[in-house]
Amino acid sequence: MSGNSERGQFVRISETERPEIIIHVDGEPVTALAGDTVLTALLLAGARLRDFEFGDGARAGFCLMGACQDCWVRLEEGGSLRACTTYVRAGLRLRTDS
Amino acid sequence: MSGAGAILIIGAGPAGTRAAEVLTGHGLRPVVVDEAPASGGQIYRRQPPGFKRSAKLRYGFEARKAEALHACFDSLRERIDYRPDTSVWSIENKVAFTVGPGGVDRIPFESLLLCTGGVDRVLPIPGWTLPGVYTLGGAQIALKAQGCAIGKRVVFLGSGPLLYLVAYQYAHAGGTVAAVLDTARLRDALPVMPGLLAGGLTLAKGLWYQNWLRFNGIVMRRGVRPIAAEGGGRLTGLRYKNAWGRERHIACDALGFGWGVKPECQLAELADCEMAFDALARQWLPECDADGRASAEGVYLAGDGAGVMGADAAEYRGELAALTLLADSGESTGAARRTYLKTRLRRLMRFRIALERALPYPKGLAAALPDDTIICRCEAVTAGDIRQGQTLQPQEINRAKAYTRLGMGRCQGRMCGIAAAEILAHQKGVPLAEVGRLRGQAPIKPLHIGIAGEAAEDDPDRATSI
Repeated sequence: MSGNSERGQFVRISETERPEIIIHVDGEPVTALAGDTVLTALLLAGARLRDFEFGDGARAGFCLMGACQDCWVRLEEGGSLRACTTYVRAGLRLRTDS
Repeated sequence: MSGAGAILIIGAGPAGTRAAEVLTGHGLRPVVVDEAPASGGQIYRRQPPGFKRSAKLRYGFEARKAEALHACFDSLRERIDYRPDTSVWSIENKVAFTVGPGGVDRIPFESLLLCTGGVDRVLPIPGWTLPGVYTLGGAQIALKAQGCAIGKRVVFLGSGPLLYLVAYQYAHAGGTVAAVLDTARLRDALPVMPGLLAGGLTLAKGLWYQNWLRFNGIVMRRGVRPIAAEGGGRLTGLRYKNAWGRERHIACDALGFGWGVKPECQLAELADCEMAFDALARQWLPECDADGRASAEGVYLAGDGAGVMGADAAEYRGELAALTLLADSGESTGAARRTYLKTRLRRLMRFRIALERALPYPKGLAAALPDDTIICRCEAVTAGDIRQGQTLQPQEINRAKAYTRLGMGRCQGRMCGIAAAEILAHQKGVPLAEVGRLRGQAPIKPLHIGIAGEAAEDDPDRATSI
């Protein structure tokens, strides 16, 4: 779903003419567009980036400019990335569940 | 050639770009490190390759300025050592430690121009960690750099120039703006009208956005006090008090909020710049003379990172600081230009001071937050946690950090520091300046442990400071 999803937090309102890129989120394929940040791709498809370590539910980013560090997302292979400053690339496999 | 040694510019926004322009114009080749993949800073952030919207659509009235700044930077590319996508995570003994696409690096310098910009000045409200709640700047980036709205039905809350601008940009681009809730009151603006008029065109644009929103039927309220962002699992609405003290609820799935901008000054601290409390901004700022010199030798400051004055001032200050650097290293040109720039900056400062009074930062909000409100969103430290430690001595915010983990998380206190200081000062009944500030600590941005190891191998002496 490169366009808008009912469940999605974000709404795409322009720049829809870009090549599609498939990434995997919690094992499911998600269609993003080249130039989407990981944060954009995840929040168009859903409303979470990760579970907060200390318990008050999901987090979905905050500042979008690399300052608040709220949007670190785990990679399936281990490691993590800052979703607001990383662009999607084909083959990216992410986990947003605990 | 002047006698200036290796020069490092950190930040490629309006200030960093103009500083680089001056230095290359004098035959120097500065290193320019920037966290973003392209120059422009946050204000004139560029869209990724493949996006097609015009500058006019993205930057509105500022399109020509944005395009001129981008063109200026692009024309310098061959004459600077440009390192995009690169973060400076520490500065020590005239060496900057960076991490970028090629891994870690160290950049020794003689002179340093800090053009680090700012981030949204946020005050926590109950529920601000819910998915759907973003800073005003974040809301603008989603639109400007990604062509997305932060939600299907968005409320904008806070005060400051960005509030009406972002609301206008959303409504204009086809987003749904449920309401614009301003915590400032009209009567805050009246006593400072002369100063506001010094803003000229900037003031006119601000009023134009408000009129456009009103004409297009967007709900706008002044004198509002937020109570809580609400929702189970994600945002469903905002509760607030209107100007008459009546409680109101508005349904929304996204909130963009903030009260102006606060400077990013961690690197200035690490570069040994003295910090001073600014009573108007209620923040600690690096000391900076009228020419852009910091207190540390060889360090120059420009742009919002040296005290928030906006993008036009950032261009002037970038140019001014670079000319000052040249003058300090024996270059005799530029004196008349510096005088001119300082005159322009004084006028902008008058406007800035009036704006801060007309659209005041609601300092009492933080002190009044309920005990269970999360203040430090990295570590889930609440207002109550901060208040509980109040008997400990000394009455200082780094002490609060030690007993609560406040500001010890990934963001290093960028988001919570100012609110925590307000809460602590109020609880103790002391002036804000007395509780101090969260000290900047390396690494100022999170480093993967592998990267830290690489940096340590690269320089074993540094291993202890990572």
